[in-house]
Amino acid sequence: MKILNFLKLLPPYKVLIYILVIIIFIFIIAPFVWLIISSISTKIELLSIPPHWIPHSPTLKNYKAILFGGVRTSKTIRYFKNALINSVIIASSVTIFCLIIGSMASYSLTRLKFRGRQPFFLLILTVQMVPAVSIIIPFYIVMMNFRLLDTHLGLFITYCSFTLPFVIWIMMRYFQTIPVNLEDAARIDGCSRLGALVRVVLPLAAPGLAATGIFAFIVAWNEFFFALILTSINAKTLPVLVSEFSSKFGADYLMMSTGGVLASIPPVVLALVFQKFIIKGLTGGAVKG
Amino acid sequence: MSSTKTIRKIGKFLFSSTGVAYLLILPSLIVIFGVIMWPVLYSLYISFHKMYMVHPGKFPFIGLENYGKALHNPVFWAAVGRTFYFTGVSVGISVIIGLGIALVLNEDFRGRAFMRGLIILPWALSSVVNGMMWKWIYNGNYGALNGLLLQLGWIDSYKVWLSNWKIAMNLVIIAEIWKETPIGVIFILASLQTIPGALYEAAKVDGANAWDRFKHVTLPLLKPIILLLIIIKSIWAIRDSFDIVYMITRGGPGESTQVVTFYAYIATFKFLRFGYGAALAYLITLIIFIFTVVYVRLIYYREKMWEEER
Repeated sequence: MKILNFLKLLPPYKVLIYILVIIIFIFIIAPFVWLIISSISTKIELLSIPPHWIPHSPTLKNYKAILFGGVRTSKTIRYFKNALINSVIIASSVTIFCLIIGSMASYSLTRLKFRGRQPFFLLILTVQMVPAVSIIIPFYIVMMNFRLLDTHLGLFITYCSFTLPFVIWIMMRYFQTIPVNLEDAARIDGCSRLGALVRVVLPLAAPGLAATGIFAFIVAWNEFFFALILTSINAKTLPVLVSEFSSKFGADYLMMSTGGVLASIPPVVLALVFQKFIIKGLTGGAVKG
Repeated sequence: MSSTKTIRKIGKFLFSSTGVAYLLILPSLIVIFGVIMWPVLYSLYISFHKMYMVHPGKFPFIGLENYGKALHNPVFWAAVGRTFYFTGVSVGISVIIGLGIALVLNEDFRGRAFMRGLIILPWALSSVVNGMMWKWIYNGNYGALNGLLLQLGWIDSYKVWLSNWKIAMNLVIIAEIWKETPIGVIFILASLQTIPGALYEAAKVDGANAWDRFKHVTLPLLKPIILLLIIIKSIWAIRDSFDIVYMITRGGPGESTQVVTFYAYIATFKFLRFGYGAALAYLITLIIFIFTVVYVRLIYYREKMWEEER
């Protein structure tokens, strides 16, 4: 009733806006909320026809089973912890490595004048779009020969192929927003170019570095194609494991949705908490404003 | 004597602007050549050879035969057709929905900041979780779609949606649209915020109604960003179609959702025809490259960076 009274006070076009907002809200969250509900349901409730949209007796036992093992501990569930660790190791090492060398390159591209700057800029733009499928076969062959299949190092190397170009690209935006004058002032005060970079530019670029890092982490965390082909047991990441939940091990819908929710927690939490930075990073290159 | 001179020369170069620039770029350049340029070229080399992993020792040069085989194969062309259908429909609809959502979220309402943040949710999910989630929703025995339609009275009994070859592709596309819409919203919202309010005021003074203002002020100013979105999203859709198809249908039922990336994957890693697979990968790269050229041109001419050098 309160809501209805609130709506009555509004001009009709505002009411329309609120109705549209509610539709958008449902469109955005409904599928994922259903996944979460599935993960806290009991089997009987979930598999009834039609399903219980709101579980009468919600339970966390699926989470307990997947994280700590339990009665219905299948092989895949025991792999879960392993995959979680692999995902953390690979996503964070790729992020840190690409952030370091990528920010060096983007600083150089935005701040320094040198021969070959323009071709390098075009190169970065172009290689961003190289599809994974066009480089997977050489990776597979080389890694087979060097025994890098199913290793962290193997995935780390391939992940740089898509992480580094966009790290350079996004970081260029952040460096462009830092006034050159500050750097010049530092250099007049006797700083070398590298000194100015370390003492003046880097602290100012820290928010940009953090945002780019989060962005890179999410993308690397979610990567599937390379991980599917280049790992089998030891270095398997979460997306590959989740894909197995929904196929290899029959129809365990509870474990599937629980695994899916758990695998989504890091990227979703990071994205929602740091959304402002991520949106800036996403749009920086395309929207001037 | 001369060696110290050389060292001094090198040292001087390294501390010059150009030297520092090269030094900073070198690591990235090495990585980009190592993990992108070199594999791309090596892939081309493989595509000119017969490389059937069942006979690992043999690697005869066969010229363009792999390409010929692909181009004369109706299965390949069917997969290309599906890829264009997938890309065209998913990009088209997600840009239109994205534009609609962005226009609504640009209005004044309570909880606007919250909604603008929430919109990023589908983007943050991995394509694997997204695919799995929608496969579960479409599930023929217990799926939410069946449950919902039954309760609404639109169907009499549960249907196995994904084994219907007529609609399987469209179901995959819906999953893709859901995940890809936020990017469009975010881009268009950012662009809307750069439109000065004075333009709307002026239009209002001239007696333009809401639709006129949208058509003659908003839309023309959004045109560049929408064009860019269509290009980028097309590249992503072609590239990422693999994940979603792998997760939801594995190309089935029959071959009705077999997009070209999935076909290349099957040819390479299931039938182990690496040479043929490399040729397929190259043909995909070629399609994407056409879009990339447009993208690079769009971005390049926006850059004020080069003006002083031109």
